[in-house]
Amino acid sequence: MAETETKNAAAAAGDAGTDPGTGTGAGTGEAAAAERSDDAGLGAAGSQLSTAPDEKAPLPGLGVIGWARWFWRQLTSMRVALILLFLLSLGAIPGSLIPQTGVDPMKVETFKEEHDVLAPVYDKLGMFDVYSSVWFSAIYILLFVSLIGCIVPRTWQFAGQLRGRPPGAPGRLTRLPAYTTWRTDTDPDDVLDAALRTVRKRRFRSRRAGNAVAAEKGYLREAGNLVFHIALIVMLLAFAAGSLWKAEGGKLIIQGDGFANTLTQYDDFKSGSLFDNDNLAPFGFRLHGFDASYERTGPQKGTPRTFRAHISYWEGADGPEKKDTVEVNHPLEVAGNKVYLVGHGYAPVVTVKDGQGDVAFRGPVAFLPQGDGNFTSVGVVKVPDARDKNGEKTQLGFQGLFLPTFALDETRGPHSTFPALDYPVLSVNAFHGSLGIDSGIPQNIYQLDTRKMKQFKEDGDLFRKFLRPGETAKLPDGAGSITLDGVEQWATFQVSSQPGKGWALGGAAAALLGLAASLFIQRRRVWVRATPAEGGGSVVEMAGLGRSESPRLPEELADLAVALQAAAPATAEEDHEEDHEDDDPGDPVEGARA
Amino acid sequence: MNLAAAANENMANISNVLIYSAMAVYTLAFLAHMAEWVLGSRSKVARTAAALTGSGTGTGKAGAPAAPAAGTAGGKGGTAVLERPKVVTRSAAGSRDVPDGPGAAGGDEGGDLYGRIAVSLTVLAWLVHAGGVLARALSVERAPWGNMYEFSTTFSMVVVGAYLTLLVLGKPVRWLGLPLVTTVLLDLGLAVSVLYTESDQLVPALDSYWLWIHVSCAIISGGVLYLGAVGTLLYLFRDRYESKLADPSGKQPGAFASSVMERLPSAASLDKFAYRVNAVVFPLWTFTIIAGAIWAEAAWGRYWGWDPKEVWSFITWVAYAAYLHARATAGWKGRKAAYLALLAFACFLFNYYGVNIFVTGKHSYAGV
Ligand code: HEM
Repeated sequence: MAETETKNAAAAAGDAGTDPGTGTGAGTGEAAAAERSDDAGLGAAGSQLSTAPDEKAPLPGLGVIGWARWFWRQLTSMRVALILLFLLSLGAIPGSLIPQTGVDPMKVETFKEEHDVLAPVYDKLGMFDVYSSVWFSAIYILLFVSLIGCIVPRTWQFAGQLRGRPPGAPGRLTRLPAYTTWRTDTDPDDVLDAALRTVRKRRFRSRRAGNAVAAEKGYLREAGNLVFHIALIVMLLAFAAGSLWKAEGGKLIIQGDGFANTLTQYDDFKSGSLFDNDNLAPFGFRLHGFDASYERTGPQKGTPRTFRAHISYWEGADGPEKKDTVEVNHPLEVAGNKVYLVGHGYAPVVTVKDGQGDVAFRGPVAFLPQGDGNFTSVGVVKVPDARDKNGEKTQLGFQGLFLPTFALDETRGPHSTFPALDYPVLSVNAFHGSLGIDSGIPQNIYQLDTRKMKQFKEDGDLFRKFLRPGETAKLPDGAGSITLDGVEQWATFQVSSQPGKGWALGGAAAALLGLAASLFIQRRRVWVRATPAEGGGSVVEMAGLGRSESPRLPEELADLAVALQAAAPATAEEDHEEDHEDDDPGDPVEGARA
Repeated sequence: MNLAAAANENMANISNVLIYSAMAVYTLAFLAHMAEWVLGSRSKVARTAAALTGSGTGTGKAGAPAAPAAGTAGGKGGTAVLERPKVVTRSAAGSRDVPDGPGAAGGDEGGDLYGRIAVSLTVLAWLVHAGGVLARALSVERAPWGNMYEFSTTFSMVVVGAYLTLLVLGKPVRWLGLPLVTTVLLDLGLAVSVLYTESDQLVPALDSYWLWIHVSCAIISGGVLYLGAVGTLLYLFRDRYESKLADPSGKQPGAFASSVMERLPSAASLDKFAYRVNAVVFPLWTFTIIAGAIWAEAAWGRYWGWDPKEVWSFITWVAYAAYLHARATAGWKGRKAAYLALLAFACFLFNYYGVNIFVTGKHSYAGV
């Protein structure tokens, strides 16, 4: 691609000799034709304006090595990079349309239930885990191998260019994409000295070569491009490290309770394959209070507006406690972990007395919102140690429906009409018998196993009571009572640590800077030639060569010429302009047509 | 509290009135552009006829019919500034060396007057439009980017703003006027009819200063990428037209196509315009995604989670990267690269409309 990149400029001048190594030019199609038609021309002048790989991949010679080399050249060519990029974006599409295990496992389950023909096929193709599937990995791994295969030689080449010096002036400056000339009374030597000063002042790298000054600028473009591509690799590695060593766990905490960062305390926990579970950072925190507010009017009534958890946290086993708040967009950062607020709900505080009048249970019980947006929540109260009115051991269980803003209608039954605690009501059913928690099998704390329980009845109907805060309901037959003392809130937190975040961010920043340099900086060369004129003074010629997208090159050349004319003022400019136009040797179309 | 709410409601109404007024003025601008094209065309026909019969006005920039490789094969256009040395420039070998078309007015003064009126009306419409967006922002007391109605109105404001900025900078982009005003009208029409949402506050997860950064960058990127896409599309048409002209033995473009195409800039200029626009916003789009990742990290605890919106931003980004690579690859420049650019913009559009409407993910709670 090198040759085509400079094709516009170089081919116009009749020489696209941009093959970085040799300067012999190797191109395809028009560009190659243009080159061959040329004899002298630019020579090395147009070479090495970029470090892009050589697109010429000769057919493999004999043997395995020949094929291997051919394959490697193919893989590291721009063309293949382009195709792989295209495949990468194509391959990413299904993951956005088909449910992904890593994003929403529930949805995947539902999908599998609904599509019994398609699901196994998808499963085989890795469609539920696109971004960790074999084929998706193959695409990006090939791309990154190609990238590395591309970066390494380009970096060497660029280093070589930095050590080298701007190439000397081509034979005919008139063939370059921007050209100007004038005649001056100043001596050629003085003109060239002035030219050297002029371009140096503008931070060109320059040197004097024969009767000309060669100058070059904009190396940062290539540097930026390399930085960008290297940064992509850094980002990929950071991303990989992040998923291998990440740890992430969820915890529900009721107001007043605390949490210490150990595996047993989590409600759920998952970690990357290389994470050592004994390595959890020691810290803890306590939830003191929770603020939530909701839109009260308008079409979006009930939409949450603020969530804020008031906490105190400590580092180490028993470090000093510090107060802080956690909000949706403001996680707590502690000991290399981040603590996010991910959800909240209500925890009715109940007191259960048994048949003896003793308090068998007292405390808040977390109820889970049902996703109606108004926090209609369900939960259960399990009372394992109770006695009935005869003093016999029994167990009590309650199924509850909590409604922060209670309403009752015939079709929906009891439900909530607003998420805040405007008119809280707890509706309970009660059971007695065996909770089944002694069997040793872990139980869902949000469900009541009623297989060995009997529901209380009252006057032939199932027992059911609506409780307002402060109200007590007596169980039938003197079995006890349940009181709604009040309502607390709970919040769920996600604790996560993902190493490599800093690297990912650094890589992203470097990529951005490199990209900007690569796209906004133009690499260009300028030559100034001064030859003795008939009758004293000299003829000054200036020409510029850039890569194809160098819109400002003529402007810059004119600026330079103006600056140089301070030292070498023009005389009889008109004449030269005409002269030059008459015997213009390089009609660019010639080259292109050949 | 209620007073404030009423004031906000008032503001929201003002905003709606302004948006509707802007649409009315854009419609006038649209008509003026049409007049420019139609009337400019008529006299253009006459001028071409005159040129053909030899009494032509020479090859002044505005007058030359777009005849490729005719005489001026050297592609020389000196840029002479007073007291500055003349720099002779040479265009690319292999490219057609076709001069830019004269613009919609075709050098016709009457047509040009309509064109100027159209631009003035566009400026006026844009001011009203910007006022509408501002009023909306005041009414909700936040950045006006909380739902698709607000995205859409802001998006077209950015598109027109970018276009007017280019005009102010003296870039020859009046050819963008008609397609732009047309799509802005469509976009606003869609916004006020289908996407309209009462002004309101944001859910807490959207309430972050990263909203300002991430979403404003996304909207600006989108608006400017849209200009690039228009340039690319016109490039494809114009390129086909030029290649037909270059091959006199083949099928020649029809009268209507010629009359439109010959007034556009040359394929090379359109291509260059599209490339520059895309290249300039590509880093901004990159930054948009990075900012989004930072925000996601703060809000959801992971910087990248393959959420549909994230996936499509990534796809769009890779597609534009592929386009930039294609531009630098032999055999892929020109038309093939242009198709890639259009594909990339289609990805952007899908991310903007398709994902919000058809796919559910974490980003979908803004309300359509
Ligand atoms: C990971 C995937 C890659 C991405 C996202 C990517 C992205 C980009 C972007 C956005 C540019 C535009 C900058 C510019 O035009 O100067 C660029 C340029 C370039 N890329 Fe890549 N690239 C990737 C892989 C590769 C590979 C594998 C190669 C080697 C074959 C490569 C070689 C180049 C070269 C030589 C340029 C400079 C083009 C020019 O001179 O204009 N890139 N890349």
